[in-house]
Order: sequence, then structure tokens, then C-alpha cells
Amino acid sequence: MALLKVSDIHVSYGSIRAIKGISFEVNEGEIVTLIGANGAGKSTTLNTVSGLLRPTEGTIEFDGKVINNLPAHKLIPLGIVLCPEGRRVFSHMTVEENLDMGGYTKSKQENKDSLEMVYEYFPRLKERRSQSAGTLSGGEQQMLAMGRALMSRPRLMMLDEPSMGLAPILVDQIFDIIKTLHKNGSTILLVEQNASAALKIADRAYVLETGHITKSGTGQELAQSDDIRKAYLGG
Amino acid sequence: MNFLNSLIGGISLGSIYAIIALGYTMVYGIAKMLNFAHGDVIMVGGYVCYLAMFNLGLPAIPAILIAMAVCTVLGIVIEGLAYRPLRQASSLAVLITAIGVSYFLQNAALLIWGSNPKVFTSVINIPAKSLFDGQLVIKGESFVTVSVCIIIMIGLTLFTRYTRAGKAMRAVAEDKGAAQLMGINVNFTISLTFAIGSGLAAIAGVLYCSAYPILTPTLGSIPGIKSFIAAVLGGIGSIPGAMLGGILLGVIEILSRAYISMELSDAIVFGVLIIVLLVKPTGLLGKKIREKV
Repeated sequence: MALLKVSDIHVSYGSIRAIKGISFEVNEGEIVTLIGANGAGKSTTLNTVSGLLRPTEGTIEFDGKVINNLPAHKLIPLGIVLCPEGRRVFSHMTVEENLDMGGYTKSKQENKDSLEMVYEYFPRLKERRSQSAGTLSGGEQQMLAMGRALMSRPRLMMLDEPSMGLAPILVDQIFDIIKTLHKNGSTILLVEQNASAALKIADRAYVLETGHITKSGTGQELAQSDDIRKAYLGG
Repeated sequence: MNFLNSLIGGISLGSIYAIIALGYTMVYGIAKMLNFAHGDVIMVGGYVCYLAMFNLGLPAIPAILIAMAVCTVLGIVIEGLAYRPLRQASSLAVLITAIGVSYFLQNAALLIWGSNPKVFTSVINIPAKSLFDGQLVIKGESFVTVSVCIIIMIGLTLFTRYTRAGKAMRAVAEDKGAAQLMGINVNFTISLTFAIGSGLAAIAGVLYCSAYPILTPTLGSIPGIKSFIAAVLGGIGSIPGAMLGGILLGVIEILSRAYISMELSDAIVFGVLIIVLLVKPTGLLGKKIREKV
């Protein structure tokens, strides 16, 4: 059974329909990526799954339970976390306070263990733990945002444009970490404009175009498909 | 010595402004709205304390606790009924609503307690202390007010820095969406902020009425507006800023009353606001928002 099952959801911003009936699944242990151009509805999809937006139609099921009428803050205890676009770290709080907030729904003891784990993934964060998050570089902020999401021990981690605005070497680092997370058993739903990097690590992928899913397949299949190469991978 | 006496009076009055300003600044920080009804919660606190003492015959401390409880509940109810439905509305709509709530409270008080001023008796009966052969007099009220203010300041700082709920408050203040993604219940956190701010307003109300012992339904509006200025002066959204702004404003007001002009003291206070806004629009301790892409 799929861990996340999205069935025919529609999402609107006022009178503008951003998502016009999309369905997809994420199975336990997979990396699934949604690729597409600006405005295709990728972030809208993630924001809807995370409960920040509500679908006007359709259902979202997590682990067999319908979740599309729950508010965002109730999804964290279920094990769904979104690492949002633009990182959105709490810049006036220290690195460690940010991580603490990531474990807001967990006990002190659990957070202690999670903190160790996060510092293992991101040793840089440990060095900077008492610095305020606003003073970090873009790459470090991305690491903090991912570390903060990991603090809730998610069963499904959604990443929205984790490579946005980062230098190529940092992009590689971030993707390496995503691969490591995957190897350690995490289930990941990834949204990326950097389609080639995303397809390389994804088990399966969906292509989003103006609110519809136009194509799906394994990461490899899509990376080799002519249409996709032309549209998203630069020939 | 005259100067010192005025200074102490100013710090004492400023401490009351500071406690009220804390309510403005916390609510602004978290809900990004100006709760103009905050001043009227002070008035309710004063009346409830008065009734508990003179109609129920309770001693001061339980009366203050009852006033705090009533104001805390009042704050939560105001937020839930008037402001929560407007969470997505424009800030202008929220501002107008806040003014509406303010008038509602004033008129409800007029209806319930009448327009005849009631004479409050100070809840503080610590004798005044005379120093230097009676040249320097520290009133019991001043002593208590300043102490209470310091305790509140330290308590709130510790609360926001170290407790789970306090940190959640700072997270919501910075980014509501991201806070929700951490599992923080934003509505609950905003309610909690109103509860704390209104509870503090009750304390401020009792202290204010102990210093200026005439109760009327509109007594909250002037200290309310001045404390709002204090919050802006210190940097709205900043807790130490509210404290600094409040005390500065109290000192400026009392010193200008003593040395410049009795009549002009309020004009000077409001003038200070204009100057600060021109020179440093974020206030003395206000933070500049920086963003990284």
C-alpha cells in the first residue's frame, strides 16, 4: 500500500485554479520527484499535502488515513514534514533553537537523540549551533531547514526546491545528503527545478505542467525520454 | 533633590507604561496587529479589582488575582471573537475592528458601572520612605510598581527564551507558516499571547489606579495610547524595547511636567514619538528584517 496517496486533487487560489486534478503515490522507502517549470503547481502540491492549503476536491491519504481536512500542525505528529521553499528558517533564533522547534511535538529525550543524528548528517550545524540562523550562508540555511525537518522523525519528508540559489558544489552536497537519507530508509517527496539532478536520484518521477500531470515513470525512463530532455534538461 | 524626586516619579509612571507596552508589543510581534482595545482592558482590570475589594470586601492580593483572571479571559475572548475571523483580512480591517472593540468595552463599562467616577484606594500600603531629612521621598507605590515591572520583565524574558511555549511564540512571530510546519498550533499560540498581555494589563490597571485613583470608563485610553507610543519608541515587537520605551516615556513626561510646562507635557510626549519615527523608524531597539535568498 502506498504511504502517500493523492487522488484527483484540485487546488485554487481564489478564482485561479493552480492544480487541476492530479493523482500520484509515494511508496515507503522511495524517492519520488515532481518536476516541472515555474508555475506548474509543484510547490502548491506540496503545500496542499502539508496542510497549509486545502484542496477544493479530491483526497489525500497518508498511511490509509484521509488527511486533507487536518490543519498543518496536526500532520507533524503523523509523520509528514515539509521543508519549505526558500528554507524559511527562524532567522532571529539560534541554530539549536531552530532544531528544537523542529522537534516541537517530540519529548525532550527524543529531541536529544534526534539532535545527535542531525549533527551527524550536518557537522557544520554543530559548529554553528549557538549562532543566530540569519547569519548562516544560504547553503547552511538549507542544511538547517533539512535538519529541522528531520527533528520530527518524519515518515515522509517533503523537500521543496532544496537546491534553489545554491552554488553547484553545495547542490551536490545537498543531493548527497538526500541520497544518504534515502539509503537509511527515509521516504522522500522531492520538488525540483533542477530536473537532471532530481531524476538522477529519484526512483520515480512525475512531470507537472500547468496543474496537470503529463508524464510519469522511473527516474531513468524520464531522464532518457526525448520530450523531457528537450523541455527540462536542456536538449 | 527635586530632580531626583521627579526622576523617581517618572520611572514609576514609566514602569506602568512599560507593563502596558509589553501587551501591545507582544501582540504586535505575533499577530502583526495593533490591539487598540488593550488600553480598555486596563480599565476593566481597575474596575474588577475595585469591585472585588469594595463590594466583596476581599483583600488586595486576591482582588488583583481576580482582576488578572477576568482580563486574561477577556483577552482570549476578544481575540477569538473579534480578531481570529479576520486573520486573512487586510490590516486596515483588523485595525478598525480593534478600535471598535475599544469603544465596545468603554461603552459596556459605562452601561455596567455608570459614568460617575469611582474613587479607588491604593492597593499598596507600604509607607513612603524619606531620605536626606525628608528631601527625597520614595512613595510605596513607586517602590512596588518598579519592582513588579522588573519581575515581569525578567519573567517574560526567561519565558520567551527558555520555555517551549515561549519559543513557539517567537517562531510564530517570525513565520506563521513555518511555525505550523513544526507542528505548532498557531491559533493557540496567539490566544496565549493575548492571555498574557491582558493579564499584564490587569496588573498595570491596578497599579495605574493606585497612582491616579479615579475610575472612569475611559481611564484606559490615555495610558493606552501613551504605552503604544512607548512600544513604538522602543521598537514595536521587542520586549526589552517596550520596557525601555515605557520608562523613557514616563521620565520624559514627568520631567517636562516639572521643568517645562504642565500643560505641554503630553504634547512633548507625542512630539518624541514623531521625532523617533523620523530619525529611527524601527524604534530604539527595533530589529531590521534581513532576508537571505
